[in-house]
Parts: sequence; structure tokens; C-alpha cells
Amino acid sequence: MGTKRDYDDIPGTYVFDGRRNSEGYHLNMFCKSLDVAANRDSLRDNPSPYLDQFPMTAEQREAIDNRDWLRMLQLGGNIYYTFKLAAFDGLNMQQLGAAMSGVTFEEFRQMMIDGGRPAAGNRYSHEWSDTGPA
Amino acid sequence: MPAQLIGGIGTSHVPAVGAAIDHGLQDEPYWSPYFEKIEPVRQWMAENKPDVCIVVYNDHASAFSLELIPTFALGVAPQFAPADEGYGPRQVPSADGHPELAWHLVESLILDHFDMTIVNEMTIDHGCTVPLSVAYGQPDAWPCQLIPVCVNVIQYPAPTGQRCYDLGKAIRRALDSWPGNERVAIFGTGGMSHQLQGERAGLINTEFDLAFLERIVSDPAGQAAVAHDEYLREAGSEGIELVMWMVMRGALDDNVREVYRAHHVPTSNTSNGVLILENATN
Repeated sequence: MGTKRDYDDIPGTYVFDGRRNSEGYHLNMFCKSLDVAANRDSLRDNPSPYLDQFPMTAEQREAIDNRDWLRMLQLGGNIYYTFKLAAFDGLNMQQLGAAMSGVTFEEFRQMMIDGGRPAAGNRYSHEWSDTGPA
Repeated sequence: MPAQLIGGIGTSHVPAVGAAIDHGLQDEPYWSPYFEKIEPVRQWMAENKPDVCIVVYNDHASAFSLELIPTFALGVAPQFAPADEGYGPRQVPSADGHPELAWHLVESLILDHFDMTIVNEMTIDHGCTVPLSVAYGQPDAWPCQLIPVCVNVIQYPAPTGQRCYDLGKAIRRALDSWPGNERVAIFGTGGMSHQLQGERAGLINTEFDLAFLERIVSDPAGQAAVAHDEYLREAGSEGIELVMWMVMRGALDDNVREVYRAHHVPTSNTSNGVLILENATN
């Protein structure tokens, strides 16, 4: 688990491996609980006690409270789980993609219509060191 | 006479396609070019009328969660209801299973060294219901029996493309030893290139996708050898879903007849491929 992986140098990408699973378990299982309508009601009506049931770290809880979608991934969140919270908030996947990549929804949507983010310039971390995402 | 594998379908399962169908958006400018491209799939389904659809897809934290992560799971239930994925279930019919054939597949696969997880109770999420909608539109009841085969692609590592391809071959051996006369179609779903997560969200690699569509037809053994790192880097973190198309391809003969191929960008954050294959000898 501590070994370096070939995918570690893919920029802006959080491959959900065992390390992230372990770190993010409770954060992700909180998100998973939102599959049940009664739990969504509880979170809506009284968020803090609902969230207290899940033994997340303070950092994870802060990322949830602030809806810091990128930070959630950095702390072990998995996109299919965090998307359940985004859907709870009424967001769609393009709005979430925009938030994680630091652009507006309109910019993100237009980027997709124009063919998406290209692979060129976005394959290796060193390609981002000066200029950021292509 | 054994079951007859009449064809393989490659299709996206992106939730936005399901939402577009459910909300009647197919004729809107954003969606109509895509829905025109799947019309041949609906025609093929209507003409060929499979009795059973084996849908190979990944569950997206719906029936399964981090509590338990089966690499390959096969549903043997008599019925599969749509899942509540966090925003209420899709308003689509439940699907009837085929427990007898499903159990035959389980027994044949496990004795053939594929250690399937056996599932008696499971919901089906967009990974399965969207391909059914792509194939059939909005019927009151799905006109086929369903055997869901779930592949883990969310937790790294997913099974390799080679393993998926070999699983497809084992599914075919199982169908060939089933004494029924059902007409069976197999769906490989997901992809194509896309990345939902992180600062690289929105990645699309059309060059990769078009090469995949060519190679899965003409050189599936070569495509099966493509490693995870290449999918992750070239096709995006969620582009790894393409390994599920290899299950579909493995079930077909080495030599296939390509009935139809299409590609569309974008559907939501994804590159979208469509493929219909038949055994060359059919």
C-alpha cells in the first residue's frame, strides 16, 4: 500500500485505491447513507447531529460543511459517493466538475461541448507544473 | 439446442441519458444528435427480440458500497427494482430476472474458475437501467429477462481487461451448455473516455476512443492486454469502465460482423460509444 504507483503522476486525479478507501471510509459511508429518503430528511432538518453519527476526521467534516468538493477527494472521498451529497444539494455532475476544476459551470459545460478537456498536456504532473491544466 | 447468443451491444450508461429520456429531452438540440445515433440499436433490438439480456455494468455505490466490494457479481433474483441513488429511484419498470439461467451461469462460471459473487437481492442503478432505456426506450415493461453482471470499477484495482475478456469467453461456454433455446444478447456498458473527478475533470480522448472501437472489433486480444494505467491516463479515471466492454466482446466469436458503430461527444461529461456486433457465423 505504501508503494509508489504508476498512476501517481497523473495530474488532478485521485485514483480510489486502498489508501483512499481506508482514509475516506466514514466520509463515503455518510454520503452512501443519503440513498435512504428518511436519512436525507434528517440531514436536511438537522445536519449537525446527523453528521455526528459518522466518525469522520475534523478535516473531513470541515470539507463536508464547506462543500469543498475537491478537498473531499483529497481526504479519501470517492466521486460516486460525494456525488450523492452533491445531488442532495441539487447539483449535477457538470456543476460538480466545474467546482473541482475551478471554473464556472458555463465554462465547464462549454468545454465539454467543444470536445472536452484534451489529453494533450494533461497526462503527466510535470506538464502542469508551470501552467496548470490544459 | 443451446441458448443462442445473437449479439453484443456496446453502450454508455451515463445517467444524463436516462434523465434526458425520462424528462422527454431527446429532441432538444443538445440531445437529438446522440439519440439519432442510438436509433439503430433500438431497431436491432426490435428486429432481433432477445429473450434475455445479460447486462455487464458497474454498480455505482447503490446495491453495493464500501462495506463489501465484489469484483464480479451476478444477480440470480426473479426481479430487480430500480435503485434510489440518492435522489429517488428512476421511474422505469422493474426488470424480471431469469433465475434458472442465472444459476446455470453461476455454476458454470465458478466451476470454470471464475469465482462469482452470487446476489439474491439487489437493486439496479443507472448502470443497468440506462442501457435498457437506450435499447428499448420507455416501455411499460422491459421486453426481456435480465441477468445483471456487476464488475467493480470504482475501487482500484478493477479486474484487468484480460480477465474481463476471459470472463466473457466463460459466459459464452456457459450459454453453449444451457439446454434452453433462449435468444440472448449481451451488453458491455460504460465509458468511453471520461473523468468525473478532480482538477482534470472533463477529460475526453476521442483518439483513444475511436482506436478502442476499432480494436475491440478487429483485435480484441490486443485490446484486452491494455493495462489499467493506460486507461487511467489516456481515457480518464472513469474511462476504466471500458474493461466491461471486453466481457461483451469475449462472449462473441473471435470473428464478428460489425452491424453498427457510432461515437458522440459529449453526453454530460462523457464520450459516448455505440456498437452492435454479431457472430460472423450467425
